Amino acid sequence: MSATAAARPRPAIGRWWSALGPTGGALVALIVLVAANSIFTPNFATAGNFWNVLLQLSVTLLVSVGMTFVIATGGVDLAVGSVMAISAAVAAVTVDQGLWIAIPLALAAGMAVGLLNGAFVSYFKVQAIVVTLATLLAGRGMAQVINRDGALLTIEDPGFLALGRGHVGPLPVQVLIAAVVVALAVFLLRSTPFGRYVLAAGGNPAAARLAGVPVNRTVVSVYVLSGLLAGMAGLIEASRLGASAAAKIGQGAELDAIAAVVVGGTLLSGGRATLLGTVVGALIMQVIATSFNMLLIPYSWSLAFKALIILVAVYLQRPRRV
Amino acid sequence: MEHQGQIGGSGPALAVPPGAAGTPPTHGAGGGVPVPRAPAFRSKAASMLQRQGAVVALIIVCIFGAIRYEPFATPENLLNVLRQNSMLGLVALGMTMVILTGGIDLSVGSVLAVAGITTAWLSPQGTAVALLGGLAAGAVLGALNGVLITRAGIQPFIVTLAMMIAARGAALGATDENSVHVDRAAKGIMWLGRGKVVGIPVPVLLAALAFLAGWVVLRYTRFGRYVYAAGDHQDAARLLGLKVDRVLIATYAISGALAGLAGIVLAGRLGAGQPVAGNGWELDAIAAVVVGGTLLSGGQGGVGATVVGVLLLGIIFNLFNLEGTITPWWQGVLRGIFLLGVVVVQSRLQRRAAKAA
Amino acid sequence: MSTPDPILRMEGITKRFAGATALDGVDFELRRGEVHALVGENGAGKSTLIKIMTGAYRRDGGQVWLEGEPVDFRTPADAQAAGVIAVHQEIHLLAYRTVAENVYLGREPRRWGLVDWGRMNTDTGALLQRLGLAIDPAATLGALSTAQQQMVAIARGVSLGAKVLVLDEPTSSLAEREVAILYTLIRQLQAEGTAIVYISHRFDELYTVCDRVTVLRDGKLVGTRHLRELERLDLVCLMLGKPREALREGTTGFGGHQAEAEGTAPLLRAEGLRRGQKLRGVSLDVRKGEILGVAGLLGSGRTETARAIFGADPAQEGTIQLDGKRLDPRTPDDAIAAGIAFVSEDRKGEGIIPELSVRENLTLAALPTLTRAGIVDRARQREIVDRFMSRLGIKATSADQKIRELSGGNQQKVLLARWLCMNPALLILDEPTRGIDIGAKAEIQSLINELAGTGLGVLMISSELEELVEGSSRVVVLRDGQNVAELRGDAISQQSIIHAMAEGSAAAAPATLEA
Repeated sequence: MSATAAARPRPAIGRWWSALGPTGGALVALIVLVAANSIFTPNFATAGNFWNVLLQLSVTLLVSVGMTFVIATGGVDLAVGSVMAISAAVAAVTVDQGLWIAIPLALAAGMAVGLLNGAFVSYFKVQAIVVTLATLLAGRGMAQVINRDGALLTIEDPGFLALGRGHVGPLPVQVLIAAVVVALAVFLLRSTPFGRYVLAAGGNPAAARLAGVPVNRTVVSVYVLSGLLAGMAGLIEASRLGASAAAKIGQGAELDAIAAVVVGGTLLSGGRATLLGTVVGALIMQVIATSFNMLLIPYSWSLAFKALIILVAVYLQRPRRV
Repeated sequence: MEHQGQIGGSGPALAVPPGAAGTPPTHGAGGGVPVPRAPAFRSKAASMLQRQGAVVALIIVCIFGAIRYEPFATPENLLNVLRQNSMLGLVALGMTMVILTGGIDLSVGSVLAVAGITTAWLSPQGTAVALLGGLAAGAVLGALNGVLITRAGIQPFIVTLAMMIAARGAALGATDENSVHVDRAAKGIMWLGRGKVVGIPVPVLLAALAFLAGWVVLRYTRFGRYVYAAGDHQDAARLLGLKVDRVLIATYAISGALAGLAGIVLAGRLGAGQPVAGNGWELDAIAAVVVGGTLLSGGQGGVGATVVGVLLLGIIFNLFNLEGTITPWWQGVLRGIFLLGVVVVQSRLQRRAAKAA
Repeated sequence: MSTPDPILRMEGITKRFAGATALDGVDFELRRGEVHALVGENGAGKSTLIKIMTGAYRRDGGQVWLEGEPVDFRTPADAQAAGVIAVHQEIHLLAYRTVAENVYLGREPRRWGLVDWGRMNTDTGALLQRLGLAIDPAATLGALSTAQQQMVAIARGVSLGAKVLVLDEPTSSLAEREVAILYTLIRQLQAEGTAIVYISHRFDELYTVCDRVTVLRDGKLVGTRHLRELERLDLVCLMLGKPREALREGTTGFGGHQAEAEGTAPLLRAEGLRRGQKLRGVSLDVRKGEILGVAGLLGSGRTETARAIFGADPAQEGTIQLDGKRLDPRTPDDAIAAGIAFVSEDRKGEGIIPELSVRENLTLAALPTLTRAGIVDRARQREIVDRFMSRLGIKATSADQKIRELSGGNQQKVLLARWLCMNPALLILDEPTRGIDIGAKAEIQSLINELAGTGLGVLMISSELEELVEGSSRVVVLRDGQNVAELRGDAISQQSIIHAMAEGSAAAAPATLEA
């Protein structure tokens, strides 16, 4: 890993793989996985299963998109799971006032946590891991507090339930939301100055500052964005469950998100991001989970496989050192 | 009540424990490890200031507890606190060493479970075999982490994250999500978890011994000095001729072994190895190390600081319990706020000392 | 003082990196007790040769003999064990460990298996004393000055029993007094039979301290000579590969002396700039169409001055006026809005965003002006990028190539373009041609010249004396955070600049080695 070591020869597959680019590689992996499953897993290549995968995917995808932006600045947001729980809880206790109040409030709560994270990371210069670790801890507790001290609050508002259970034509609402969010995110990253600022702040914050990039503001913004998207994810999850289950909602969400982002080719150290890669990464993770489920392979094996995929993906994507 | 992984909440931990911290070597603005290229120099004074901060906080908290709660300052309560936190202490000790090298080990919780299960499974063969088996399991998994980090060149955050997932999966899968009982043949294991020596619980003694050994190793052995060197400036250490890879692999192996030891003690205490054991402990360990004053960037800090950190967090938890009216939820909130507060203060002190240096 | 049989011999050394040849059949020979200079422009291959010598790189071809035996160092540890030790320009020591720990790293003295701190400190203290260094072995390394840290690095080398000691730009951060201490140390080591390879671009040092010189150019060996038989001008000719006559016209792209821009009102006027310990009252002014050179040793406050004017590290006291209007830049944004541009000396750390493309790096500062309704105007962006890439001659496979894949010179051009496309009034350049190959250097220098000709005011910080002499209409010399001299017209010469930097006046002579 040191700059002074002579470059080690890379295996032939590695060279071919890297010629594809990190996302290309992930895409190939996905295609292979889907193809293999279509052959070996009964009922995999069916329309029903297709929608099933997309359904399960939507929540993770929302969080992963936010995580992509955060990781692109060189940070990480461990608190997303707690934010999901908080927004679900806020929705549950305010849903009686009407959806037009409950949903914005819930999302605002998510953004507030994001603002807190972002402020501590950029202005107080505390490391992202530690800040979001602390908000993870506090947030989980806060969600329970809001949930009327640990109760399980059910939500019966039909409008709310439509989020996680409704359809627009053949398309489940959550899949539609996720698709729109991904499209907007791609636009944001590719075509706006903000997208460039995010990559600059992650690639070389000192250089970015000198070039007039508003680094601090950019960093705060990505955490707020992450909070917003996690909030959305939490609402959908709560809608699916029909309740705000603060202990369950969002458990492990950060892990899945980080895995999706990393497998897709975004650099953990920041400076390079690919939303397409994140989508592919999330799909890979979901296909694995679904197919293992359908093949009745125990959940624990799917975990081991996921771990392997992450390692392999990162190994193949590591930047070359001259 | 044992130290529970507070982060995991009370749900059954079938889901993989929440993903956790990491110190990717980053250039980014998001507060990963500071770029080693030209760190603002922080003198030893800054690191010491941080640690003094933790000690002062510990003293304040103890005095507060003694005044406010009658049962606090009793040997019973204090020994209890020590016992409950001794296993976390072991894990935090290993974590300290890893963090000193500038890395991180997210797998300790899962490794703990694997070791506990291994020990329980081997327990019919007697204490010695069971003990060795558990320790070996931890050391091997840790060494595997180290090998992947050094030879494959993947960041510690990712490698130990993957190990965390995989080991938890293995633990759940191999046991079909059931506990594995510790056989009567391995009385020694039970004693490790439940025994006492002159009134002091064995886990506490173990932890104390481990910390002492850790302190001696870090301060007085070449290996210990190389641990610091690797975290101080890895490239420079390599150029100066140190076999950094070996040091890293050994450090992660030790972290795994200590997590394994914690798992063995826990299994002894509970009478069984549980596949869900240790859920969230990596976060608690990181919190203890950070609060104690060791810097995540590596090269500074030490074992003594971690003792303070573990005690500080443990006593605060104890105070919450004595208060009685604070719901577990509010405890979580307060712990998070506390951690954040401590780290912000440390960061401030650090930067002020850096300007003075 | 030096004996004829070589302690180190390297023959036909070749090294290639990803398609580029860094060294092509280089021979090098070092004798016991000699101080041998290794010179060449940046990119000539000096540091590659050193890295092969000290085991940091493996050679692709050629042979190396140490004390007559063939050797093949696979790692720095191998080289160290054999007694070949390098002391680099960047301090490769551990900042958070003590002096004693750094000296003994890897071979800490032990008692009963445990590290013996007492003996480590005592032994280190004795060593430091023997070498004439007043440094506390128990001090944390990072708390010492750069000069002291360098001395510790050398002490470590000595303690390791160095037979061959490689000093890479050892005086780049030393003050006059400390250079003298270094010379004494070198003399002592020489007497003990240690062979020293000395890399520096400061001719006065080379002529004072070294016996022979080896010149590299573009990865090839140009020749090895005795310094007492070689005139300075001839040495420069060897390094640049130009005959003597060509040098009369100037060795840089500035092409000789600049006329002063008389009678024009100052574009920038900075007075009494202060900040912390580094900037203690600097004043200067830059006129439209002129290049103001800023000279000074490392730590003299040049970069701090530039950063204060640009708002990157704002001044705590003092005034800045641009075009007669008072300006108080608290962030780079303020300065950029006023028309000031700044190219940092640290291209890699503060210049390029490595993973982004040439196009994105080039237009980074200009993005706000290229944005309409929140969207980046791709057509305008493309137009600007194409225009500047052709105007500056930026060589890349395409505008979408990642900037980190470009050569140093081309990267620097992109950074220049980043600011030029903003149409600044004042351009601040900090070491604009550092680490760039000769061809690109000249191109950039002539470009700067051209820009000044169009009315741009240029503030140019440089350690390359030829650049300053040929490029500047006036030169301001800084020392310890303050102005010490301003040179104009014929008074600008390498000699006068050096004297001003070292002594604060034109009178005194540089440090000499007592025979």
